[in-house]
Amino acid sequence: MIYVSNLHKYFGALEVLKGIDIHIKEREVVVVIGASGSGKSTFLRCLNKLEDITSGEIVIDGIPLNSEANVNAIRREVGMVFQRFNLFPHMTALENVALAPQIVRNLSKQEANQIGMELLIKVGLSDKVNEYPRRLSGGQQQRVAIARALAMRPKVMLFDEPTSALDPEMVGEVLAVMRDLAREGMTMVVVTHEMGFAREVGDRVIFIDEGVIVEEGNPVEVFSNPQNPRTQAFLSKIL
Amino acid sequence: MNINWGLALDSFPYLMQGAKITLQFTIVSVLFGMVLGLIFALGKLAQNKLIRYISSAYVDFFRGTPLLVQIFLIYFGVPQLFSFTLPDNYQYIAGAIALSLNCGAYTAEIFRSGIQSIDYGQTEAARSLGMSHFQAMRYIILPQAFKVVVPPLGNEFIAMLKDSSLLAIIAIEELMYTGKIITGRTFQPMPIYLMVALIYLVMTMALSMLVNYTEKRLGKSDIRK
Ligand SMILES: Nc1ncnc2c1ncn2[C@@H]1O[C@H](COP(=O)(O)OP(=O)(O)OP(=O)(O)O)[C@@H](O)[C@H]1O
Ligand SMILES: [Mg+2]
Repeated sequence: MIYVSNLHKYFGALEVLKGIDIHIKEREVVVVIGASGSGKSTFLRCLNKLEDITSGEIVIDGIPLNSEANVNAIRREVGMVFQRFNLFPHMTALENVALAPQIVRNLSKQEANQIGMELLIKVGLSDKVNEYPRRLSGGQQQRVAIARALAMRPKVMLFDEPTSALDPEMVGEVLAVMRDLAREGMTMVVVTHEMGFAREVGDRVIFIDEGVIVEEGNPVEVFSNPQNPRTQAFLSKIL
Repeated sequence: MNINWGLALDSFPYLMQGAKITLQFTIVSVLFGMVLGLIFALGKLAQNKLIRYISSAYVDFFRGTPLLVQIFLIYFGVPQLFSFTLPDNYQYIAGAIALSLNCGAYTAEIFRSGIQSIDYGQTEAARSLGMSHFQAMRYIILPQAFKVVVPPLGNEFIAMLKDSSLLAIIAIEELMYTGKIITGRTFQPMPIYLMVALIYLVMTMALSMLVNYTEKRLGKSDIRK
């Protein structure tokens, strides 16, 4: 589903990604961990070209990420959920979810609203359909954001620390939605510090350190028996 | 010298004729100014260097030179450049063009900073959903930016209304010019110009109330938490 080979990314003179290679299969859930500034967000953002890559190759669902037309095609297939939700504040929850299907997928308003309603029900927000984002809690906003990404019927979902801006009591509701999604077979790449979630839902964990994947494997094994000293040091701090 | 205060009232109906022209010029220049402003604001934010450069040059020129000079350039200068004979009533066209171009430059800066005040995460969210640059602007950024720009835009309109008094110099019969004509006939500057000032004051206050009202109406979904 996702092939990345020899991905390099510079910000000016700063090399943030130093040759990432990874192949992610359909239905796989990959959890990305690593210290702050190690390049996790940058890696994720390269996957839907929110960042231009310096060199290397990315192919998603058979589409190489090179021409402008392909970028738009890939963005339709890849949903993204941000740490700070980034809901559209001038639109209700339903409008947030139903907009892109209408203007990007050219669905009618009824069809789009239908999809929007289904997804808001799915994330447990059937009673908040007509609320504006500022009237929703953080956890609710993030669930709307997930519904919004799902409304495009993506084949891959990217999550960049989706729960780290949330109060602790709201983390669970968002993780529950993500767990359901994984169970339904969504291909997911998740940057998170929620080790319980990683262990339970993740098929694979990759540890990024200074722009390289230094260790990867089954989450349970990596967490209980890390091989690389960097991984050991990182895990000892957060586990 | 005797001051004939009664003249203030007697001249009122004539001055209101002038005020009507003042409003017409203000509305026309504000409408064109908003269109120009949006175009050049997007121009200043464009990827293309040439477009950015042209847009900046326009904005800098019309913000960096006096409106009076701009009026003269267009009223006296342009006909010389193309050496055509002045059509009747050319002063109205020249006046409207000068005010619109001037208003457009200020409005462009207001729109540009409004657009830039919107969190970049909004653009990223829109683009990550597959929206084009244009769609992200049209559906996500501009509706939010519009709310941000209402107060400064209102100030600009008020400034436009006052600055339109400069049109008196090219003999457009707006409020200021009407006052000048009446003063010339009656030699009573104090009551006449006081009345002129009062009429401007009422118009600018009405306009600022309208702006406040619009601001409140738009606050419904509010951007800030
Ligand atoms: N737009 C940018 N311009 C310049 N440098 C950047 C930019 N974005 C990120 N960086 C730098 O790239 C490096 C990696 O950043 P990145 O956000 O990918 O880290 P991260 O692993 O996601 O960290 P965190 O856990 O804090 O989110 C950091 O040194 C950061 O300062
Ligand atoms: Mg990050």
